[in-house]
Amino acid sequence: MKKLLLASAATMLAPAAMAEDIKLGVLLGFTGPIESMAVNMGAGAELAIQEVSESGALLDGSTVTPVRGDSTCIDAAAATAAAERLITSDGVNGIVGAACSGVTGAVLQNVARPNGMVMISPSATSPALSTAEDDGLFFRTPPSDARQGVVMAEILNEKGVGEVALTYTNNDYGKGLADSFQAAFEGLGGTVTIVAAHEDDKADYSAEVGALASAGGEVLVVAGYADRGGAGIVRASIDTGAFETFHFPDGMVSDATVEKFGSEVDGSAGQLPGSDSPGAEKFAEVVGDAFDPTSIFAGESYDAAALIMLAMQAAGSSDPKVYKDKVMDVANAPGEQILPGELAKGLEILAGGGEIDYVGATAVEFIGGGESAGNFREVVVQDGKFETVGYR
Amino acid sequence: MDILNAFVALLNFVIIPATAYGSQLALGALGVTLIYGILRFSNFAHGDTMAFGAMVTILFTWAFQAMGLSISPLPTALLALPIGIAFTAGMMLLTDKWVYRFYRKQKAKPIILVMVSLGVMFVLNGIVRVIIGVDEQQFNDGERFIIKAGDFKKMTGLDEGLAFKTSQGLTIIVTIIAVIALFWFLNRTRTGKSMRAYSDNEDLALLSGINPEKVVRVTWILAAILATTAGVLYGLDKAFKPFTYFQLLLPIFASAIVGGLGNPLGAIAGGYVIAFSEVMLTYAWKKVATYVLPESLAPDGLVQLLSTDYKFAVSFAILVIVLIFKPTGLFKGKSV
Repeated sequence: MKKLLLASAATMLAPAAMAEDIKLGVLLGFTGPIESMAVNMGAGAELAIQEVSESGALLDGSTVTPVRGDSTCIDAAAATAAAERLITSDGVNGIVGAACSGVTGAVLQNVARPNGMVMISPSATSPALSTAEDDGLFFRTPPSDARQGVVMAEILNEKGVGEVALTYTNNDYGKGLADSFQAAFEGLGGTVTIVAAHEDDKADYSAEVGALASAGGEVLVVAGYADRGGAGIVRASIDTGAFETFHFPDGMVSDATVEKFGSEVDGSAGQLPGSDSPGAEKFAEVVGDAFDPTSIFAGESYDAAALIMLAMQAAGSSDPKVYKDKVMDVANAPGEQILPGELAKGLEILAGGGEIDYVGATAVEFIGGGESAGNFREVVVQDGKFETVGYR
Repeated sequence: MDILNAFVALLNFVIIPATAYGSQLALGALGVTLIYGILRFSNFAHGDTMAFGAMVTILFTWAFQAMGLSISPLPTALLALPIGIAFTAGMMLLTDKWVYRFYRKQKAKPIILVMVSLGVMFVLNGIVRVIIGVDEQQFNDGERFIIKAGDFKKMTGLDEGLAFKTSQGLTIIVTIIAVIALFWFLNRTRTGKSMRAYSDNEDLALLSGINPEKVVRVTWILAAILATTAGVLYGLDKAFKPFTYFQLLLPIFASAIVGGLGNPLGAIAGGYVIAFSEVMLTYAWKKVATYVLPESLAPDGLVQLLSTDYKFAVSFAILVIVLIFKPTGLFKGKSV
């Protein structure tokens, strides 16, 4: 601790003087339920670290090395121990992670806050993390699950839809989305006539469709999956003439939906995460053949690591207690927009006292307590195909 | 007019779907009950037998479609159904020869046979997935509707539409035919009678010269016919997906037990009881009530007894109640 204090005092006193070897923790679920995603997430974070380190532009030529830790996704005790190790034994200056919402909350409360360590999660999406106590140390590059509900309510409201029936797949995803949508839609003055859960892969959905039809509504919102229960509900609704127009959140906006229903669902609309920012394309270029750049949360991981290092540069310090206040500044406007592969340029602007607006691979824009506002692609079904009508 | 609208709404969302679903369950439950009555064990592989039969039928449907064969407006799958049945029967006879016969010779306890059928279930599960994949398959190519909701509205001028799908009509008709044929077979033919005798008292049946192997063979063939037919009809009405057939097993067993295991009449009644209770108890009666009741009494709420989350609780609550008060089921079956 004394050393750390001395070191940070020294860096603060003489920010331009010494190059360090900065370590960044990459705390992701390398084993466990999301181990297949974690491969490319880890690669994404390390790509940003490598890019910065090789540029030599960070804090007068400091180098950055990644240190991996396994957050397991489900075992809070193991994740906490791994985070402890990263901080006390490896002496990291920031953590990219953790990966799943449950363990992220545990690591934040048990390790990050007591140690004053900055964490930027690339994949924890639980709405609960929006309100968790974080001392300004926790950020995340994906949007909260609750965000889509709000966006969906806005889209329907702008279309002048006043009454909807709502069905959701009976799991955390469906329930969370349904709850946030209902709250947002009713907040905008709309009416949700019925909220009916459905189970996936069941034999028969006549009971659900019967109840939904009886309650009525201009549009049926189907917060389900395109190749499972959601499709069963839509099929039965069309067949019985219960509903003609639907609204599809991300789980339903897929090829499976248009393959099955084609022009039968013309006029229905939906939205899914996505942006028209050139970031994703640029990210693919930077990645090259190293790994699959479209792999889920890989871009978010790159952005999380990049944000930590850019914030360090903006603060002129690798001390998390100092640079934590700069994360929001580098992520949001005003300033020069920075895309993937341009980290060195961003670092130089910051070194020269300028401002940047980090866009990154996923069009990062932080709101509220330091989480991504999320970008959503709005679609409608025309001639049996999903057509993009805009971004929000 | 309002009464008519109420009736049509009820018909469209409750009676027709529940009857079709009940028929599918009844066909499945008949197979389960037949095996329980004659071979004396609960066959957990029945759901996947349905999947296997439907899969073979789908493969031949595709072949027929490629050859340009069709019996439009009826779905081509009906043409492929006999082949599906033949393959399934062959598969079941082989399974019996390789697996079940061994345990039957040993006079194994029913619970062991149940576990064996569980093993067969997993094997079939795998075979179906290897051959056709885990994805959903649509193979209904005939005319989809007998009456369309929109057309009905125009035709009658009512506010409520009525949809009657070809697959629903087929399901109901085929179920009636299958049930009549089965009862005729069991009650009128010599083989059917010997099966019933074997079911009632195995030793006595053997003493009077009934060939047990033949009874077993015929039972498997009948089960294959019922399972394949049920599987194909279900696939036509909804869609074919291996996993849903596995999920279908629970309501099928509930139907068979509610009706009385081993009793064919009970299996049919059980199927409809389960289907109707699932749909009716979770139906929001608001629409119907608004049509029927005078305006001053029209409900604000949904008038829904139970939320749809409890759909499955309904069938199992019925199952528990029946088992407590009438352990042999509604129609006297064997006690479980």
